[in-house]
Amino acid sequence: MIDDFLLRAALAGLGVALAAAPLGCFVVWRRMAYFGDATAHAAILGVALSLALSLPIVLGTLAMALIMAMTVSTLSGRGYAIDTLLGVLAHSALAFGLVAVSFIEGVRIDLMAYLFGDILSVSWTDLGVVWIGAGLVLGLLWWRWSALLTATLNPELAHAGGIDPKREQLVLTLSLAVVVAVAIKVVGVLLIAALLIVPPAAARPFSHTPEGMALRAAGIGGVSALGGLWASYLLDTPTGPTVVCVAALFFVASSVVALVRGSD
Amino acid sequence: MSLVDVSGLQVTFGSNRVLEDVSFHIDPGEIVTIVGPNGSGKSTLLRCIIGAIRPDAGRITRATDLRIGYVPQKLHVDPTLPLTVRRFLGLPRSVSRSRARQALESAGVPDLADRPMSGLSGGQHQRVLLARALLEEPNLLILDEATQGLDQPGSAAFYLQIERIRRELGCAVLMVSHELHVVMAASDRVVCLNGHVCCQGAPEVVASAPEYRALFGSGTQGALALYRHDHDHHHDHAHGHSHDHAHGSDDNAGPSPGKAHAPHD
Repeated sequence: MIDDFLLRAALAGLGVALAAAPLGCFVVWRRMAYFGDATAHAAILGVALSLALSLPIVLGTLAMALIMAMTVSTLSGRGYAIDTLLGVLAHSALAFGLVAVSFIEGVRIDLMAYLFGDILSVSWTDLGVVWIGAGLVLGLLWWRWSALLTATLNPELAHAGGIDPKREQLVLTLSLAVVVAVAIKVVGVLLIAALLIVPPAAARPFSHTPEGMALRAAGIGGVSALGGLWASYLLDTPTGPTVVCVAALFFVASSVVALVRGSD
Repeated sequence: MSLVDVSGLQVTFGSNRVLEDVSFHIDPGEIVTIVGPNGSGKSTLLRCIIGAIRPDAGRITRATDLRIGYVPQKLHVDPTLPLTVRRFLGLPRSVSRSRARQALESAGVPDLADRPMSGLSGGQHQRVLLARALLEEPNLLILDEATQGLDQPGSAAFYLQIERIRRELGCAVLMVSHELHVVMAASDRVVCLNGHVCCQGAPEVVASAPEYRALFGSGTQGALALYRHDHDHHHDHAHGHSHDHAHGSDDNAGPSPGKAHAPHD
């Protein structure tokens, strides 16, 4: 059933890419790239947790990603040197996660599948989880869009307009954890942040409004997911990394065009 | 009833007490300016009023129909965020094209709608922030050092615009500023702040208050002179010694001429 597994892979990649791109715009605008990394890397601890407790992987990763994201966003308001702190947290989470997974006895674990994703083994159930997560994130972003944008631009402006920037930060934190939890199967913990950041970065030079950038980023993300899947099939390369490569090529092309054109 | 009534406000950051026992109110339609040196808690007070900071003690009572139009000190738009003036005006609530154009006209920048926020000059930028605040249909307009980065004619023009808007909309205006000369002339009431309220009242009263002079020293000779001249002090002097009064001013102005000449030497 070669068509079947390719179809599931394509739909899963598309779902993750479509949700990650608009969320990634906020990650880019708020300069939270490291934040995405820390959250994604914590997910490997979640994998260990799920295996130890025989829980579905998505629950463990969601919980750990959420804990990490909350920790970071709490600490970031308290005057710590945030880039150092995020660097420490991101890499320690990954290291502790890898060590924790090695303690799990019994089932032999394909660690590579969690680090780089295993999109070709996505089941219909996995696919359902991906699209529920993606739908949740897109719905949340759609609902809070204006408030999120105002809070991103200037917290005082948000307060004066009756918006609580902390609550909006929580919306982003929650969305990030959900995307991480559903994307782990598709691109793996090491490359989730790329899916968040590369498509918005590629979309930036051709966008004049935030909404335009989010739509273009979603488009680039979607095409990268499908293109990456197709290329990995043709070239027999690992799928998750190939998807990110395609997105990166979009970024390079867009940057070159912007440079030549002398964009704002 | 006051739009905002602040009483006994206290704010502490870590071990640093920024505001202590600050009481303050602003009534409908009046222009109130908060002056004070750097670190005196001016912006902190504003941020308490808009609800961005929760005070450690004290009470802030807001009128039930309070609508705040807030003009931040400076809006940093990250270069990764594409934002046209038109789109910015629709935050946080979207507005019709005609209302956006109207607001830009009121703020004195009618033709900027399609420009990116990142490409505006300092003066245009401040006026676009003002236009957005006007779209909130405020009865209280709050400006935090709104003319920082503008030259003197630029900020004078900006304050004229504020006075015109107050006349047209009838909203109260609460400003924070360093620029004592220009701002004080435009205010109904001045609050002099340095962690606590040092003195407050009509501009000429504050300008001649010893607390105010102690805070601002020789830096405000111009403002003092301005208001001394505007103000009739004869009732203070039983003997009608207007010469004495002028001499008093000179004493205060003493260090100033020396400073003014120094660069020419």
